[in-house]
Amino acid sequence: MELLVVGLNHNTAPIQLRECLAFPEDKIEDALSKVHGLSSVKENMIVSTCNRVEVYAATRETERALCDLKEFLSQYHGISLKQFEKNLYTRVGEEAVKHIFRVASSLDSMVLGEPQILGQMKEAYDFSQQVKTSGLILHRLLHRAFHVAKRVRTETKIAISAVSVSSVAVELAEKIFGTLERKTVMLIGAGEMCELAARHLVSGGVENILVTNRTYDRAVSLSQEFRGEAVPFEEMGLGLRRTDIVISATNSPQYLIGHDQVTKVMKDRKQKPIFFIDIADPRDVEPNVGDIENVYLYNIDDLQKVANENIKDREKEAQKAEAIVQDEVAKFVNWYRSLDVTPTIVALRKKFEEIRRKELEKTLSLHPDLSEKERKSLEALTSAIINKILHTPITLLKQTNEEAMADLYLDALHTLFGLPEKSLETFLEKLEGEKEQEETNLEDAIRT
Amino acid sequence: MSFEMNIYFFKFASLLYLIGTLAYLAYIFFLKESLSKIAVSAVSIGFASHTLAILARYLEAGHTPVTSLYESLSFFAWMIIGILLIANLKYKVKVLGSFLTPVALILMLFAFALPKEIFPLAPVLKSFWHPFHVIFAFLGNAIFALTFCCGVMYLIQEHQLKSKKMGPITKRLPPLSLLDDLSYQSLKYGFPLLTLGIITGAVWAEYAWGRYWNWDPKETWSLITWLLYAALLHQRLTVGWRGRKAAIMAIAGFLAILFTFLGVNLLLPGLHTYSKWQ
Repeated sequence: MELLVVGLNHNTAPIQLRECLAFPEDKIEDALSKVHGLSSVKENMIVSTCNRVEVYAATRETERALCDLKEFLSQYHGISLKQFEKNLYTRVGEEAVKHIFRVASSLDSMVLGEPQILGQMKEAYDFSQQVKTSGLILHRLLHRAFHVAKRVRTETKIAISAVSVSSVAVELAEKIFGTLERKTVMLIGAGEMCELAARHLVSGGVENILVTNRTYDRAVSLSQEFRGEAVPFEEMGLGLRRTDIVISATNSPQYLIGHDQVTKVMKDRKQKPIFFIDIADPRDVEPNVGDIENVYLYNIDDLQKVANENIKDREKEAQKAEAIVQDEVAKFVNWYRSLDVTPTIVALRKKFEEIRRKELEKTLSLHPDLSEKERKSLEALTSAIINKILHTPITLLKQTNEEAMADLYLDALHTLFGLPEKSLETFLEKLEGEKEQEETNLEDAIRT
Repeated sequence: MSFEMNIYFFKFASLLYLIGTLAYLAYIFFLKESLSKIAVSAVSIGFASHTLAILARYLEAGHTPVTSLYESLSFFAWMIIGILLIANLKYKVKVLGSFLTPVALILMLFAFALPKEIFPLAPVLKSFWHPFHVIFAFLGNAIFALTFCCGVMYLIQEHQLKSKKMGPITKRLPPLSLLDDLSYQSLKYGFPLLTLGIITGAVWAEYAWGRYWNWDPKETWSLITWLLYAALLHQRLTVGWRGRKAAIMAIAGFLAILFTFLGVNLLLPGLHTYSKWQ
């Protein structure tokens, strides 16, 4: 059994192409079933976000499955394969496992350590569960991937600091005010920048929003969007008195807010702290406003600088995360390599055990006068003999990483010992039947 | 309880405060939850042992053990840790311990170096009012130690935010609003206690020396301390002093407390100095 990844992401494909190949949420189940219909694919799931489109599959025919999957992407979206084949990447086996673990841990994300991807993968996995296109292997793989992501999150500081300008602004506001709840924000200027920054603060808990703009009508319409309050431009000073956070982004060529004005406002506010976020270029707030006590002034460059430093920190943490991923990949690969040989090992053990039991019964029936102690000795002796004989071949099977070699051994064992022809699938199905215990069963099977 | 039992409890408490301080400092460095748990446990057990030390000494001496410098330092440290434990219950500011425990530890180490025998009670200390005076004064002082730590944290955090550094320090320290609030709350509790401490002291002085106020160095410095805090409280209530100015004032106030408590005893002889180490 081999694991595959076929897909493209923000590094390999432009947004237009990604959009063309994306699977909208309402089409995912249909797409999953179609992939499931491919005879070369045993299990599959599809991850489709704005930054990536990826198909994960388990197969016994690697080459054919790769072709089938590419062909599927092309046919499903009605784009010729030539148009996007160079943007596709494929990962097989260990590389595929590593890729999936890295994606889940947000090491492959555009913004390192961003938390959304894990949720998106969980969703993608749930879809595949619902239409039953994922089975034991993907089940186990994804659970491991979620576990790895959790380890990365708790054992490294990858997701601790804010890396976008707006999240830095929110973080700063929280360091000044403790909480954004029941805080008032005033937007100066009704442009897109203001709106965007305001949305971030609203999602952070800000409740009251004042909007002021030179054109009053635009202030009114933006304030309605936030269910806020429009303030006439001339009354901006009054607005400042009851505002905690000011976001300013106008096109004004000169400063709108000066040092003396803010000093006066601070007296009126009884020195309650105020946080100015000046994202205008040229600036709206006179720089020395930041020198006034209890006034905090950050412009867009300051915020960007903090964000950049945090990105550097994340990159350092990412190296630690890679080590965790590597460690987990090794563990998982061990497990799934052993999958191919497990049914044979189980069958081989069973065969030997049957012979031993039969012969032992014969001997015991010939000697009914044996004491309990002697019977136990015989039992132990015969068990020890078969364990010793089987030890070398079984260890060898488990350690064989090369698939061709493993197949050769498996064939030889089946022929030499006349083992029943039992494929991995039937073996897995049997295990799946006992859903509750599948993991323990499988682990027991491998250990024996 | 055997003789000197109190010293064993005291030493055990000191050891735990040391562990607590180290764990708290490691916590602020590594930000590992397990470290803060170790710190809280060590400090809590230390506090329990310290409580036993004070009780044992009370039973051995037959009077409230706040009559020698060793006893006073130990008592002060005990109250600071007590305040920390109470503040921990109310505010989720784990780094508070990283600042407050070292203060208590330093007082403990200082006490450690001093003669620890139980001195016979000087006649002037045999008063109903004396224990009240000391307990109120120290409780007030211990709360002001909290105000002091908040002030220090506030100044560091404010400097970080003003100079636009959002580094590891910013991350570790609580928000400004919380520090300012904690500082104000502690001032509100500390000030009346300090006032009570001074009033009970005056009443005791009336019994002991026949006068309410003697202008000896300790009294003068207590008054200076009290005026500092009174000014801070007044400014906070009326003109909305907060943040930086309030933090600096709280630090100045605590330095005045330390001078009143230690400097006066060691440097300026007066009525409150009964013998060098008492």
